[in-house]
Amino acid sequence: MSLFRSLTLLAAVSLTAGASTAQDVTGAGASFPAPLYSKWADAYNKAVGAKINYQSVGSSAGLRQIRGKTVDFGASDIPLSDADLAKDNLVQFPTVMGGVVPVINLKGITPGQIRLNGQLLGDIYLGKITKWSDPALAALNPGVLLPDTTIAVVRRADGSGTTFIFTNYLSKVNADWKGKVGEGAAVNWPTGAGGKGNEGVAAFVQRLPNSIGYVEYSYAKANKMAHVLLRNSAGSFVAPDDATFKAAAAGAAWDKTFFQILTEQPGKDAWPITGATFIVMQKTQDKPAQAAASLKFFDWAFSNGDKMAVDLEYVSLPDTVETLVRRSWAEIKDGAGKPIAFK
Amino acid sequence: MAATFPAEQSRAEEKMHSTASGGGPSQRTRRLPWADAAFSLLAHGAAWLTLALLAGIIVSLVIGAWPAIAEYGLSFLWRSEWDPVQNKYGGLVMIYGTLATSFIALLIAVPVSFGIALFLTELAPSWLRRPLGVAIELLAAVPSIVYGMWGLLVFGPILATYVQQPLQRLVGDTPVLGSLVSGAPVGIGILSAGIILAIMVIPFIASVMRDVFETTPALLKESAYGLGSTTWEVVWKVVLPYTKSGVIGAIMLGLGRALGETMAVTFVIGNFNQLNSLSLFEAANSITSALANEFAEASPGLHQASLIYLGLVLFFITFVVLVLSRFLLSRLKRNEGART
Repeated sequence: MSLFRSLTLLAAVSLTAGASTAQDVTGAGASFPAPLYSKWADAYNKAVGAKINYQSVGSSAGLRQIRGKTVDFGASDIPLSDADLAKDNLVQFPTVMGGVVPVINLKGITPGQIRLNGQLLGDIYLGKITKWSDPALAALNPGVLLPDTTIAVVRRADGSGTTFIFTNYLSKVNADWKGKVGEGAAVNWPTGAGGKGNEGVAAFVQRLPNSIGYVEYSYAKANKMAHVLLRNSAGSFVAPDDATFKAAAAGAAWDKTFFQILTEQPGKDAWPITGATFIVMQKTQDKPAQAAASLKFFDWAFSNGDKMAVDLEYVSLPDTVETLVRRSWAEIKDGAGKPIAFK
Repeated sequence: MAATFPAEQSRAEEKMHSTASGGGPSQRTRRLPWADAAFSLLAHGAAWLTLALLAGIIVSLVIGAWPAIAEYGLSFLWRSEWDPVQNKYGGLVMIYGTLATSFIALLIAVPVSFGIALFLTELAPSWLRRPLGVAIELLAAVPSIVYGMWGLLVFGPILATYVQQPLQRLVGDTPVLGSLVSGAPVGIGILSAGIILAIMVIPFIASVMRDVFETTPALLKESAYGLGSTTWEVVWKVVLPYTKSGVIGAIMLGLGRALGETMAVTFVIGNFNQLNSLSLFEAANSITSALANEFAEASPGLHQASLIYLGLVLFFITFVVLVLSRFLLSRLKRNEGART
């Protein structure tokens, strides 16, 4: 283990050491926000001149690297609990949000025509409901002609933050799922075929008739896939879009902690499978200049990056949350205990 | 050259025959007296470096896998549970998937490759040999991800619609055969992965087989033809015995590729970590596919260690395959010249 870690450490150190001239900043982690971070970094480079290198290596690898201090910031789709943060002397803050969308491929069914709730979605993924013509599905969708065919279940094969948000939701709304499978970036799937990445799942669902899968909202939208309406905790059926994702974020107690998993949030319009993505940094900085450069980048991104986020189908945080995030940066200090000055 | 002793001159002439270069050999060797030693050191060093690398790989795999080895020992090999949430791991599903897909691949690829090589060396008109041979070698250059995408998008649906569903209608109710073809008709699973692998290894096996078949002396073949043998008898009783070690080498090359193939398998195997049925159409997983999918997001500790343990198992499987092929070759050599 330690050999492995020290090898990755060595590799990363040699990478960052070579490129740390003009306050270049290196980050690594989640693949879900990678397109946005790259776009932000590109625009930031043009506007300010500093370089941000972001390596899309996966949430777990990102956390490993920030714990090993081989990068200036780590990125994770799975928030760390306050206890975990304290244990490793880390801080985290959210940057943008996204939604996970169940998509289906049924002949003649248009986007938003099928209604589901968490219980049924969980039962489908548990392999308990195997036919589209199941009475429970029919009861929820009066007037829709559902075929008498087997449901082809599609899910992620690789570990991912998308899967974490999805299984976290199922654990909250389906007791059987919670007991048998649970939540995590990778779980022991009881049924279904695994596609690699969002694009893999999207390809599977588009190719397989009578299938159901789950993808990030941007993939559902880009591929014009048939999403379902989900019943949220307030009992209303909602469609996935910017407004319902924002409604989910509005209900969370961000002022208490950034450890917020935005599934099954209260609110009449809240999309129930919403999640934020997070940046994780060391609380005590060996390299204050690097930390300042990182914070300056995110400060700039919060002020100037909303349009880019929307263009790429991400949902920017509510302004109140961005203010809270900026305030939280005072916790990041240098070796002498002085807050990092990033302006 | 002009004023040398006779003995030396003859040696120089010998040298000239082989290298066709001017200048006395004695003058050359003495110009760099340490060159021989340096070259010997380099050659030895290269050989030892390979061994050291091999040892290094094994050692770092064992160190990386140690938490899982300490937890499960050898029972890892027959535990079928893979549950990252409960943090319980076993490698049976992936080991079975790797072996089963490679077995299917060889089952299809070896006869087909043999036919291709036979055709190219014995039957094809000479104007066809070269273009066909090049075409088969080109197949080997297609990136594996292309095969994977083709398997997922084109081949999978064909397999499901025209093979699995008719088979299910035909034998679906028979006890043993029925369970072999059960499952949702999605066209991914052990069989599709095996067939895709077969298509990928055929060019390797076929082109090596063709090359070794061509080394058979024309004298032997013509003698057999002269005695009235058919083409099949010539290939089966003259060419194949003469080239058997090369043929086994070709098959092992294909098997090695099939065992280690990652991307194409990931696309079509379904990545399903449970062993519910023996159906050839059931989604499954292979060692390389599990590694590629899960390593980036594996939590440090038992999950990561179990993945590295799987890598170690694959290393071991490849090693066993190599040893078996050596053993087979030595058995064949011992029987050489015996009457059959």
